[in-house]
Amino acid sequence: MTVLRPRAASPTLRTQPRVRRWVRLLPVGPAVVLLLVFLAGPVLWAFHASFTNAALTGRNARSPGWVGLENYGRLLADPVLPLSLALTVLFVGGSAILGQNILGLVIAVLMRRARRGVLALVGTAVVAAWVLPEIVAAFAAYAYFSRDGTLNQLLGGIGLGQPDWLYSFPMVALMLANIWRGTAFSMLVYRAALNDVPAEVTEAALMDGASGWQRLAFITLPMIRGSIATNLMLITLQTLAVFTLIWVMTAGGPSNASTTLPVLAYQEAFKFGDIGYGTAVASVLILIGLVFGAAYVRLLRDTKP
Amino acid sequence: MTAAARPSLRTQGQAPAGPTSRAQRRAKTAADVALLLIGACFVLPLLWLVLASLDTGAGHQTQLPHEVSLDNFAAVMTPGLLFRPLWNSMVLSAGTAAVNLVAAVLAAYPLSRYQSRFNRPFLYTILFATCLPITAIMVPVYGMFVQLKLLDSVPATIFFMATTTLPMAIWMMKNFMDAVPVSLEEAAWVDGASSLSALWAIVLPLMRQGLGVVFIFVFIQAWGNFFVPFVLLLSEERQPAAVSIFSFFGQHGAVAYGQLAAFSILYSVPVLALYVILAKGASSSFALSGAVKG
Repeated sequence: MTVLRPRAASPTLRTQPRVRRWVRLLPVGPAVVLLLVFLAGPVLWAFHASFTNAALTGRNARSPGWVGLENYGRLLADPVLPLSLALTVLFVGGSAILGQNILGLVIAVLMRRARRGVLALVGTAVVAAWVLPEIVAAFAAYAYFSRDGTLNQLLGGIGLGQPDWLYSFPMVALMLANIWRGTAFSMLVYRAALNDVPAEVTEAALMDGASGWQRLAFITLPMIRGSIATNLMLITLQTLAVFTLIWVMTAGGPSNASTTLPVLAYQEAFKFGDIGYGTAVASVLILIGLVFGAAYVRLLRDTKP
Repeated sequence: MTAAARPSLRTQGQAPAGPTSRAQRRAKTAADVALLLIGACFVLPLLWLVLASLDTGAGHQTQLPHEVSLDNFAAVMTPGLLFRPLWNSMVLSAGTAAVNLVAAVLAAYPLSRYQSRFNRPFLYTILFATCLPITAIMVPVYGMFVQLKLLDSVPATIFFMATTTLPMAIWMMKNFMDAVPVSLEEAAWVDGASSLSALWAIVLPLMRQGLGVVFIFVFIQAWGNFFVPFVLLLSEERQPAAVSIFSFFGQHGAVAYGQLAAFSILYSVPVLALYVILAKGASSSFALSGAVKG
């Protein structure tokens, strides 16, 4: 990233006593304290608590006992975990990596050709779903997909079947809802990226007789591959953490058919009152997040030395 | 491609003007139609929200109200149902944004102005922290808050919410600060000002817009946040609108969809307004230039 490049004209070039150097870093203090207490703290606490039988209420809430790897043993034996992992992968893959990413790119590409008025109108519609508070978006999506909701009205209007989406195909409804909610982010990233592609390059390809699709596939996409990688990483992390949308629309049901990892962690901790086990599930999610985070930082460091 | 070659290519391209422009116009229309279809799909779920809020007999269907009335809005505009939760949201979001702004400005200043071995690792850690799925740490945070007896405390919730957005805020703030030339402060240093007074008197006024962007960005996120207050704030009189709307309509939703929609709209208006300010004030790809492109 450009910002990490050392500043050329920096006042530090004057020799400073060692103490002074540390004093100058003091203002970072409050931020460091907050990050340690409220971010690093819970992460470490999670790994600790996942080895205890901490509970929501009762004796084990006041003084949790050490149970070693018991929670993780239970986790591995729990038939819900593989299901939950698979649903999480399906949700992230289907709604973020395929859905939001490709639709966002398509909208951004189309917008380069469209008329100004259309562009503003559609841009507003896409961004509106993203800017709304998540609970409101979740209610709107719930109404849209419910048995007598708008989607079934439309399907009925053209003479198709009207399934109960939230009950029969909960994951389909959730993925479509998440695409609706989150595509704006990818659209904004790709619009910014496409604006940075110099016009001469595509013009030159046009002169050489490349068709629109060829220009997109062989010229434009390779030039914005940095943005594509960044976008994929960020929307993966955002989608991994989606809770409210799922909780409002299906609450993980029917019978665990849409229980992604965040929902599973919440249910175990608060519905069944087993904080220790819920924390073990959360730890798995944190680990996945940490792996993606590390990959993301590496990616940024490598693309811009 | 050389600069000299470019003009000649342009004129070549414009030579067969007729067919190209017609094909271009057709491509333009096709793009317009495709975009409008996509836009319609995005508007549909929101259309229900607007129509249902005006319809006292609203259900899940999208339909024109038999008679347009503002009864739903009147029904939810009571102190207990709307105004207190909105005030709680206000306190929570403004507090979060204020804590964020102070901590982020202080942290960004040395990172932007002084070179140190500490900078790069710190910035990479910050970037790494932005990747942590906050949903994943809510169960451990709840456990931690129980142990520290911080559960149901508004200030503790504010500090936690501020921390979750702090990495992004520091990152954006440093980028805004980097854009303020260092030469102005050097003049102040020569006159004997300390670095913090230079920050206060010279740098901050010059990056007003950046401060506004970060404040609004954090405020919008806090205002819309459901999960954090849902887990950490238990008593009803402290809960923000996001949580109260969920618990009230979880019980009464089946009969009062119109009221649910009206409540949702009243609760969403502040963030929509702030977003418009943000998008107008900053460039079109506002926060993303600070957040994604670095």
